[in-house]
Amino acid sequence: MKQIAAGIATLALLVLFWQVVVWLAAPPPFILPGPAAVARALMDQGGLLLRHGWLTLVEIVAGMAVGSLMGIGAGIGLGATRHLRHLLLPLVVASQAIPVFAVAPLLVLWLGFGLASKIAMASLIIFFPVTVAMADGITRLDPVLADQARVMTGGSARPGRRLRLIRHLYGPAALPALASGLRIAAAVAPIGAVVGEWVGAAGGLGWLMLQANARARIDLMFAALIVLAVMAVALYRLVDAGLRRAAPWAAPQSPIS
Amino acid sequence: MASSPCPAGAGASPAVSITGADLRFGATCHFEGLDLVVEAGRTTCLLGPSGVGKSSLLRALAGLAPAGLSGRIAADDGRPLAGRVALMDRRDCLVPWASVLDNVMLGARLRGDAAEPERAAALLGRLGLHEALALRPAALSGGMRQRVALARTLYEARPVILMDEPFSALDAVTRYRLQGETAREIAGRTVLLVTHDPGEALRLGDRVLVLAGRPARLTEVAVPAGPLPRDPGAADVAAAESRLLAALAAEAA
Repeated sequence: MKQIAAGIATLALLVLFWQVVVWLAAPPPFILPGPAAVARALMDQGGLLLRHGWLTLVEIVAGMAVGSLMGIGAGIGLGATRHLRHLLLPLVVASQAIPVFAVAPLLVLWLGFGLASKIAMASLIIFFPVTVAMADGITRLDPVLADQARVMTGGSARPGRRLRLIRHLYGPAALPALASGLRIAAAVAPIGAVVGEWVGAAGGLGWLMLQANARARIDLMFAALIVLAVMAVALYRLVDAGLRRAAPWAAPQSPIS
Repeated sequence: MASSPCPAGAGASPAVSITGADLRFGATCHFEGLDLVVEAGRTTCLLGPSGVGKSSLLRALAGLAPAGLSGRIAADDGRPLAGRVALMDRRDCLVPWASVLDNVMLGARLRGDAAEPERAAALLGRLGLHEALALRPAALSGGMRQRVALARTLYEARPVILMDEPFSALDAVTRYRLQGETAREIAGRTVLLVTHDPGEALRLGDRVLVLAGRPARLTEVAVPAGPLPRDPGAADVAAAESRLLAALAAEAA
């Protein structure tokens, strides 16, 4: 409750600051519209915003799912076997080092103007943080536990040992690290989707913003931005709450006080 | 004891040994040419100051190839030791995501064996943990956690048990009680228990070996007669402890 109140207070301050700037500088509405104009755009264009917002949300969530699964898989590969590490690491680093803006036109060219290219973009942008977090979690298993596992499985010739180790020990132990990666992913996935829409799309909030900008409808642009921000924060909160519930032992402790 | 958790087929407990053991870190030689024999079916306590290489010897026997140590490891029945050893550490090493019961059965899961919850629950029950089966380790006290670690070690049903200062993180009363329970449970197995506490060694050891000096040598200390766990208040045990303390203090000087 206190947290929500604090959030509302911060928001109110921000809006107040915005309004004060508009009053003092009196910019024309096609440079910076006031809060009231943006609120009006939010109301009047609600249906339009909802339609395009929904599209972007689908892209973000699907991108989260695909990118997280790929990242978890690659992270396990990186963390568990040396051969895969040599093979995968350059790929993983390159996936982050190449700016998404540079590959976006290619993805649109290959995958079309529809959902697929945006999902690919969002997956691409979260692939790196999730992979690195998972690999880090796997390689940082408490050495005492790793020793214990080696003694426990010593002399056992049953196949699938490595898979069992990942399932019952290394995987769960990596969950706190993976959770950090997924939180970052939830925060950056919208960037991927919007960049994809920016480069070439037939809909979505990024496309809507581009259109609004071209027509000097800055109030609509701000409204779309607000919808996007609300979606991003909600997604982060949802992922955070889900992780806390799925792995209560890995939940972050209270900050240094 | 009759209710030994060691199922038929686990095999008799062999004597295990490490011979010609050298421990070197860079130019520092902790010991060389050391021979340690852990007798079959008995509890051998290895006593010595911190950093002398006790844990390295124990880890070598566990098959963990500790850094700097070389030596020949063997069991007197000629079969390899891998898969016949259980390790209990000074830290409980419980996994935080699993219940007490699942922690005890972790070894079976990692090996792909069928887990036996009844046997695990029975072991935990014998150690007074019947009400904690479903709890996570975070909900337990240090003493209870170490009891779970003991149950997990026993669940492994291995003929050889290696214990590396298993009670050093516990308070005195908990340690005393857990020593008694441990002595009862590990009787008949080949046990190497590393400790720096002379009282613990005399309470739990059929044999007590001291590893001390520079380079370190192994010397066997005479222990009082009588069944384990020995009563630390008995006159002969108390006398042996003060003699042992004096010898260790002289070695350290």
